[in-house]
Amino acid sequence: MKKPDKHIERPAKSKKELTVDQKINRRNFISFAVFGVLGVSAYEGWRWLYKSPAEVAGITGGTRKPLRRALNKTELFFRRFFSNNHLVKTYPKSMAAKNVRHNSDIGSDSNFNTDEWRLNVVKHTGESLFFSIQQLMELPKTEIVFSFKCVEGWDQIQYWGGVKFADFIEHFGLQSETSLAYVGMETPDKGYYVGLDMPSAMHPQTILAYELNARPLPFNHGQPLRLIIPVKYGIKNLKRIGTIIFSNSRPRDYWAEQGYDYYSGL
Amino acid sequence: MLIYWANDEYKITLFGHTYVRFFPDWYYNLLHIPQRLAEGMAFHFLFMWFFTLNGIFYVLYTIISGEWRELVPKRNSFKEAWLVVLHDLHIRKMAPPQNKYNAAQRIAYTAIIVMGIGSVITGLAIYKPVQFYYLTWLCGGYHFARIIHFALTLGYVFFFLIHVVQVVLAGWNNFRSVVSGFEVITEKTTATVAQSTEDEKAR
Repeated sequence: MKKPDKHIERPAKSKKELTVDQKINRRNFISFAVFGVLGVSAYEGWRWLYKSPAEVAGITGGTRKPLRRALNKTELFFRRFFSNNHLVKTYPKSMAAKNVRHNSDIGSDSNFNTDEWRLNVVKHTGESLFFSIQQLMELPKTEIVFSFKCVEGWDQIQYWGGVKFADFIEHFGLQSETSLAYVGMETPDKGYYVGLDMPSAMHPQTILAYELNARPLPFNHGQPLRLIIPVKYGIKNLKRIGTIIFSNSRPRDYWAEQGYDYYSGL
Repeated sequence: MLIYWANDEYKITLFGHTYVRFFPDWYYNLLHIPQRLAEGMAFHFLFMWFFTLNGIFYVLYTIISGEWRELVPKRNSFKEAWLVVLHDLHIRKMAPPQNKYNAAQRIAYTAIIVMGIGSVITGLAIYKPVQFYYLTWLCGGYHFARIIHFALTLGYVFFFLIHVVQVVLAGWNNFRSVVSGFEVITEKTTATVAQSTEDEKAR
């Protein structure tokens, strides 16, 4: 069966020329219709975002689903710029703060016996290793004077000393662990915990610190050993390391569970 | 001068006296945003993409369409802008002759683009001061970058307020032309499309 010809000859359009007023009205109508649609969709888009459901609480939590997706995508984008050659700016020791700011006690405020402390490193095979502070102090010491940056906005020039995380890994033969994507650290009381991507952990300025202003760490700054990771905001600089783990999935992270960016890199 | 980000500690302190606190409690209460740093940051890091891309597309459009010629200040714009301001404040009767935009508008609409570029650069300098250390250096350091970034944000607020007030003062026909892209000028009794700014100028 032959389809009817689509090109039916229409009678020549005898449309009247539009008057100027009609032209104006027509263009106004179209413009304002588009304007209205865009305005309403902008409003509705914002409402959608604002009312969007909270993410399922897990490794990350506490924020809206689309916002978490944006944080994670943004992390992937900006991680491309990360390099071990990009070093945190350092300062002369004379510029370091004498009264070092102490912002939080979470995870480091419980009763704790420094003498009984051992650093527990759990390899991805499940094997558990224990190190004393003396063992760490025998390794080459790395010192850094840098501006410690808090996610709240403040920053302070501080002087820390300890063993470079990369040196620690190498010295104790943990190189195979660095093929995993993440490092997790927790306080002995499990009250505070952070997850770090391996490149940031292995950055040459990341140190397991046992000194502040050339003295052993004070109790409230995480005695006897804490993390100083200048390529991250303060929230990742865990006080009083109890356990270190290695993993290919994101280890749990205290502030990422409460709506903050998991990466929090600088 | 100390500018903070959270917990009411944004403030301008000179010689031991706090003049302005960013933001006062009433401001947080008005917007219902006390203690919501994580949420604010999450929005910030989504909308930074939106505003940056929006700015790039807008600038590309003005370049491709040739509209930039109407927007960039001319040599005499800075002198003229002053006359426009005097006129708008009803101090001077005559406004200088203009094309699509007057001198003050040209300066404002170009300045907002420069400000936008400034916000992106200072923003990156604050956001990744280690990876983009050269930007941080370019902005005069982490602290100064923060101050510029914040000052620019205040600038947008003032721009917005003045902009809306001016639109209201300019009246309906002006607003209609903003949306539709052409201005209607009534000559005696006949209305004509006097300046089809979008179509004619572009060609």
